[in-house]
Amino acid sequence: MPPDSSARVLIIGATSAIATETARTYAAYGARLFLTGRNGGRLEAVAADLRVRGARTVDTAVLDVTDHRRCQEVVEVAWAALGGLDVALVAHGVLPDQARCQASVADTVAALELNFSSVVALLTPLANRFEAARHGCIAVITSVAGDRGRQSNYVYGAAKGGLDRFLQGLRNRLHPAGVAVVTLKPGFVDTPMTAGVAKSPLFASSRRVGRAIHRAIEARRNVVYIPWFWRPIMFLITSMPEAVFKRLRL
Amino acid sequence: MRPYRSWGRYPEATPSGVVPIVWRSEPPELGRLPGTVLPYACGRSYGDSCLNDGGFLLDVSRLDRLMEFDEERGVLQCEAGVTLAEILALTVPRGWFLPVVPGTRWVSVGGAIANDIHGKNHHRAGTFGGHVTRLELLRSSGERIACSPADELFRATVGGLGLTGLILWAEIRLKRVPGSGIAMERIRFADLEAFFDLATEDHAFEYTVAWVDCLARGRRLGRGIYLRGDHAAIEGQAPSPLRPAHLRVPADAPAGLLNRLTLGLLNEAYYRARLGSRRRVTVPYAPFFFPLDGVDDWTRLYGRHGFLQYQCVVPDASGGGPIRTIFERISRSGEPASLAVLKRFGDAPSPGLLSFPREGMTLAVDFAFRGSRTLGLLDDLDAVVRESGGAVYPAKDARMRPESFRAFFPGLDRFTVQRDPKFSSSFWRRVHAS
Repeated sequence: MPPDSSARVLIIGATSAIATETARTYAAYGARLFLTGRNGGRLEAVAADLRVRGARTVDTAVLDVTDHRRCQEVVEVAWAALGGLDVALVAHGVLPDQARCQASVADTVAALELNFSSVVALLTPLANRFEAARHGCIAVITSVAGDRGRQSNYVYGAAKGGLDRFLQGLRNRLHPAGVAVVTLKPGFVDTPMTAGVAKSPLFASSRRVGRAIHRAIEARRNVVYIPWFWRPIMFLITSMPEAVFKRLRL
Repeated sequence: MRPYRSWGRYPEATPSGVVPIVWRSEPPELGRLPGTVLPYACGRSYGDSCLNDGGFLLDVSRLDRLMEFDEERGVLQCEAGVTLAEILALTVPRGWFLPVVPGTRWVSVGGAIANDIHGKNHHRAGTFGGHVTRLELLRSSGERIACSPADELFRATVGGLGLTGLILWAEIRLKRVPGSGIAMERIRFADLEAFFDLATEDHAFEYTVAWVDCLARGRRLGRGIYLRGDHAAIEGQAPSPLRPAHLRVPADAPAGLLNRLTLGLLNEAYYRARLGSRRRVTVPYAPFFFPLDGVDDWTRLYGRHGFLQYQCVVPDASGGGPIRTIFERISRSGEPASLAVLKRFGDAPSPGLLSFPREGMTLAVDFAFRGSRTLGLLDDLDAVVRESGGAVYPAKDARMRPESFRAFFPGLDRFTVQRDPKFSSSFWRRVHAS
């Protein structure tokens, strides 16, 4: 469907490689953007890039998502700045070190906080705003890792899986109000963190993933695997009986 | 670490590490890395100037943000890892074009500066570096230095093969164009004489280039197709330059697939194609400038041994002079050679101390890598080039000798003073035996 050139888009975690690519696609269509990120210098570099690429306006706010009060505040500020929102994309997250989490309650809780609670802290005020406006789309980046717990990253998987359930409920709640909730599940993505690592054919570029996210949002999809081939892969992985799965080294 | 290959797929080099450079507001502490460093983006240099065996690569492919675009004056400021494809995608619909483009759009701004690239309009526009108005360098000392064309460090950086520091961003002057098309003419010519005649009309066209069949001998020596064109309006919207190619070579072809017979047939077919000796047509700009971008990984056709591209420039002389000698040597050697690109460079002085372009005839030709046979021929050609006072292009080189390098680049001593001691490359260590 043709993207709305006057779309008002809020992006949380906009300096991530994936979110930046989605923002660039919106910018090329002349969207109005409100970006948040933890680092002001990075945020300004991304904002300038999007202005040159055609975004009608770009506003920014520095946001540490673990500050829940500030999350709520930024939602209000963005809503006021753009006179309402058409799309909110929540893209922040971190891949924690599984071994360190196993050795530290604090690390585990911090990873759950960043990948789950902080997202909920944003989704709650966003959902209420969108529901009242009876219009718009909330999109959240989760992960294929949330589909099934594996020994190599189940703390991350638990947070993302929890988020999937939260989004299912939210989608169900907001449907009558005409508000779409899009669950985005990327697989392996080539980002700065994976530079220099030998890439398997399963890796997708951040540009490809970023653009697929834009398309999924514009099409108001429910649950999207990015790229598409993760859907059959995850179908196989989730259909394996637990009695077998627990013996695998994944 | 995985080994890296450049565009020619020869040689192979294994860096000790790769440092992604992502944010210009957070410059890396280069001084703390052990050994040498070299900026790296698209890896489109053909030889070893973009490789750093045993040292670090500073990967700027994520340093890819546009910073400012003054649409009135056509001045663009962007980070060093932005590709020319990205710039064209943005500016062509707004009526601006890059002042100089090479044969592929998949090169970075930093790489375009570091190799002071040229294009089919060299006779009018000079080199890429001549249109850069400012840039910022990160030195291994941690210093960030903004330079402009009047500075010696700028002159060392343009064409400086990434050895003067890491370019963080640059500002480029673009040029106005009437549309996204090229009104072009294809003219078949029978021999070198006919080419020289055509080249006297160069000044009337923005872009000129010729494809020459290096395998033709005797009377047909130097036959080919001459292309010339100017920017023009074209109906409909040009396809986005960011769209990937439809075709790709999925694996290394068997070595020897491109041999004297198959290349001879290809060259013949290209020469005969499109009946009629003259043809005038308006085409989208991408196929005119970047024909080989239409097939991803086409270099794999040369097989796992890769290939050497040889590009030289020699002074113009009546009757062909050194360029004729070079054609004769290639033709006589029996080495399988692709179609060669032949063009007359203009007299615009190049801005860089190590810039390759200078007034004369430039020739670029690919040779499948066949060990000492190929290397021997290219050494022979180097001797012709040296004697004539010409030069060989470092961006394409994987084999020239230190004494040749010194002879080709009289600005070398001035350059060496400006070089950052921490920056090095496989190429630099090879040609600068100290």
